[in-house]
Amino acid sequence: MEKLSYERPIINKLNTGLMNKFGTRVDNTPVTHIDGVPVKKLIADFGSPCFVISERTIRETYRNAVRAFSTRYPKVQFAWSYKTNYLNAVCNVFHSEGSWAEVVSYFEYEKAMGNGVPGDKIIFNGPDKTARDLKIAVQNNSLIHIDHFDELYLLAEILKEESQKARVAIRVNMDTGVYPMWDRFGFNYENGTAWSAINKIMANSQMEMTGIHCHIGTYMMSTSSYAVATSKLCDLLKNIQQVHNVTLEYIDLGGGFATANTLRGSYLQGADVIPTIDDYAEVITSTILNYGFRPEQLPTLFLETGRALIDDAGYLLGSVIALKRLSDGRRATILDFGINILFTAFWYDHKVSPAQNFTSQSEDMVLYGPLCMNIDVVRENINLPLLNRGDHVVVHRVGAYNMTQWMQFIQMRPKVVMIDMQGMPHLIRNNESLQTITAHERMPDHLAQFNL
Amino acid sequence: MNINKNIAISESGFLFNPSTGDSFSTNPIGKEIITLIKEEQTLQQIVNQIHLKYAVDQDTFEKDLADFLYILKINHILKEDE
Ligand SMILES: Cc1ncc(COP(=O)(O)O)c(C=O)c1O
Repeated sequence: MEKLSYERPIINKLNTGLMNKFGTRVDNTPVTHIDGVPVKKLIADFGSPCFVISERTIRETYRNAVRAFSTRYPKVQFAWSYKTNYLNAVCNVFHSEGSWAEVVSYFEYEKAMGNGVPGDKIIFNGPDKTARDLKIAVQNNSLIHIDHFDELYLLAEILKEESQKARVAIRVNMDTGVYPMWDRFGFNYENGTAWSAINKIMANSQMEMTGIHCHIGTYMMSTSSYAVATSKLCDLLKNIQQVHNVTLEYIDLGGGFATANTLRGSYLQGADVIPTIDDYAEVITSTILNYGFRPEQLPTLFLETGRALIDDAGYLLGSVIALKRLSDGRRATILDFGINILFTAFWYDHKVSPAQNFTSQSEDMVLYGPLCMNIDVVRENINLPLLNRGDHVVVHRVGAYNMTQWMQFIQMRPKVVMIDMQGMPHLIRNNESLQTITAHERMPDHLAQFNL
Repeated sequence: MNINKNIAISESGFLFNPSTGDSFSTNPIGKEIITLIKEEQTLQQIVNQIHLKYAVDQDTFEKDLADFLYILKINHILKEDE
């Protein structure tokens, strides 16, 4: 007699009374393929865990963002925010779509140059630019976004020895009605510091002021903050025109658009509450268009959008190591990846899908990573179908910040794979090995030997 | 080891404990195990029966059964022998 298929016994307590008033949407569909490639095959070929990036999703997301802005405004230029994901293959997808580079350190600057981005298409942001960094940026005709007065004076010093002019902008911080205010970067608008920086630049014949920049925060859920920011940048542009008779080339609104990831602890699903890219575009472009510039004086609109262009394209594949019970009876599932490589688990309740078919039963559980650390929690509470040891899972929307902020801690970092437009996977970053890590260590002679 | 006397279990696997007011749902195999316990089968007998009927190796099932019994216990559905 053929045996019946087995499902492990479970019993779930039914909670009446305290229902979530928004209702919970449990979207448990197995994700067996990514861009047509079986998850099983990806794991067999590249190991578990591994990151997978969809080139198709990057291109589609980017083109949609360009459409949203350029159908509303004549001069738009995106600059890829390197820190969000600076794997060279990822950067080059953006560059091949026409995106410039936005960097915040000399390390990122070198990466952009190495990828072949022309120096005059690199925006150099950030508070930490050394004399060497500034010199090279001046020589390459890059757009230097000055963060503080010390940098302004340092640049002025350097320019005394340079024959070339520097193309500069200042980063401005301001009150846009969101709390906390990001006032640690750039010059403040309200207290006049921004204006006095502008006057200093205007007085220096070797500095050519080309634009004005702000980045008001990240995962901004309200479009109205962008209206405020845009209009304050336009004020500065207008004042510069009137007082100095100079028309700046651009305003740069930085990044900050939210993605469909759900913020940790939020009842509402991210996808249901965030503005669309068209909502952001509408507010920003209509603020500039309605400001009253003459058509020939309309500034180019730069955008340094990060997470909203890459989050959806990234997946993390992993496997179930073990199932456990916590002392209070809760189910705990231990996965082979944790916050070491999924840094954004601190911010988001990431959507996790099983990668294989399952029965109709589900259970509430905690998802833990493999680290011997209490903080290693992938999801505090999630309802998933019954998972068994060895099953695979897919974590969604992990493209932003994980492959830059991941840490080599307890475990080594895994492979990253990009699936191209034809559905062909390519290894774009190899996994670390003991060798890659110990290659940087040095052993003092007196510690080389021991007897145990 | 026995199931609390006043626990009612329906055909569909719905359990109700009138002394606490808690209700639960269990899957078909869970219901089958609870029924076997009610029939005063020993653990070994349960393991043998399930192993005969379902495509599962003995080790896996023993592990799953121990986990299931633990949850029955902490929810006051299962009583240990005095
Ligand atoms: C100056 C600057 N530009 C762009 C970004 C990208 O931001 P986001 O990923 O929120 O779009 C950041 C991120 O913090 C930033 O600091």
